[in-house]
Amino acid sequence: MVGSILPARLENVEVRRKSLRLLGPVSFTLVEHGITVIMGPNGAGKSTLLRALHGMERLSAGAIRWATDQQTAQQRQAFVFQTPTLMRRTVLDNVAYPLRLAGHTRKAARGKALALLSNVGLAERADVRASVLSGGERQKMALVRALARAPEVLFLDEACANLDGSATRDIEAILQAQAQQGTRLILTTHDIGQARRLADDVLFLHRGKLVEAGPAAAFFDAPQSRAARAYLNGDIVE
Amino acid sequence: MNARALLTPRENTTQMRQMLPLLRGIPAGVPVKVAARHWKPAMSDITQGLLAAFTLIVTLDADLIEISLRSLYVTSSAVLIASVIGLPLGCWLALRRFRFRRATIAVLNALMGLPPVVVGLLVYLLLSRSGPFGVFGLLFTPAAMIIAQVIILTPLIASIAHQAIRDLWADYHDLLISLNTSRGQRMRTLLWDGRRALLTAALAGFGRGIGEVGAIMIVGGNIDHVTRVLTTAIALETGKGDFALALGLGFVLIGLAITVNLAIHRLTGTEVRGRW
Repeated sequence: MVGSILPARLENVEVRRKSLRLLGPVSFTLVEHGITVIMGPNGAGKSTLLRALHGMERLSAGAIRWATDQQTAQQRQAFVFQTPTLMRRTVLDNVAYPLRLAGHTRKAARGKALALLSNVGLAERADVRASVLSGGERQKMALVRALARAPEVLFLDEACANLDGSATRDIEAILQAQAQQGTRLILTTHDIGQARRLADDVLFLHRGKLVEAGPAAAFFDAPQSRAARAYLNGDIVE
Repeated sequence: MNARALLTPRENTTQMRQMLPLLRGIPAGVPVKVAARHWKPAMSDITQGLLAAFTLIVTLDADLIEISLRSLYVTSSAVLIASVIGLPLGCWLALRRFRFRRATIAVLNALMGLPPVVVGLLVYLLLSRSGPFGVFGLLFTPAAMIIAQVIILTPLIASIAHQAIRDLWADYHDLLISLNTSRGQRMRTLLWDGRRALLTAALAGFGRGIGEVGAIMIVGGNIDHVTRVLTTAIALETGKGDFALALGLGFVLIGLAITVNLAIHRLTGTEVRGRW
């Protein structure tokens, strides 16, 4: 393992679609450790920021500088989407796929995938097609697939939306275990309870701008901006 | 079948004289003898056809087997070659963004309806002695028929493949981008995971090829024991007025198409387990 891809510095990052500004300008530094939760109302640019960090959005202005070159940085990231992409394969082959891409033999990839699946209690579902999994199992599979290449940074875009309590709890447990092992987690969520449970620090976005950034405890105890106060109180933020 | 029937003057019409080339030139009103197998009342044509098909199959008629196998050989080879070209082409068109992409796809879709006769004519001109590829002596061989069918089938297979892969790519896009896949890896993944849909594309190609007559008639020439296939034989027997045999061959052709489709679905397990 070469040096860490973190910290990442964002300098006046902007994303525009035609004349519409989805995000920015946003500047901050993503430090090496912890779980960062990006919060904000719908359309605030949370997902756009996450995708921009992962290199999936074309930046209209500004730059994101990882500690290593772009290529290396991208290879050591993984992304879990709000709706998990189900490849038309078995659960086992879904999880083995990133490993196959990384050059593992079919046998090695499958062996490793099975071990990963048993960690999250999906081993007995390994041989069914991904499309027959329940919502919670799908998201768990997507998470395991994202973790298969042991990424240094893991992005999760509303990974627990539409999941019930126990599925959310399972996923949070996996995330916390990963964070313990040193995986850097950056996630968006609408669930304030989840944010409180997981966050080490919080980025609060409103209308594409970074309104507040700081340690979670301080943010939840005394939000500085009006928008964040209203959001945390459960008011509707315009 | 060889019993001869004397046609009544009423039946001995101009129309019939035109249908049966042998009778042309015989003045109207002159009674002629026509072999029964050349002229049957319309009512029994279909039953006669079924009977002829049954007889041909049950007796394992050597000619029938020969032309059926040649039909299979020509079209299977053409489907195979057209798939090797068309499937990756369709996939590539779904993945790549380039300047004339939309135009290319529109042309490809239009070429799905390429008239076989015109393709046959072009291939004929290319392969004929005086044509650019005349030296290979391919005209009136099964190889020429395969070439013509490849030209007809490739746009069809590529176009259907493109549509299927485009939908799959929409599903997989974010994941494959996120996983940092190379262009080749994306192609391989999509072709593999879309194999069921691509099989449908190949089978559509087979369906078009096995029933095609215009191109292979021109470039093959319907030469007995050399380039005669089911469709050209049907055209010939119809021209000769042997509707029973023509229909019999027709039923064999339909049966062959259905059998091949069923066999391939069976082998690949399509539609057995859920959606894919």
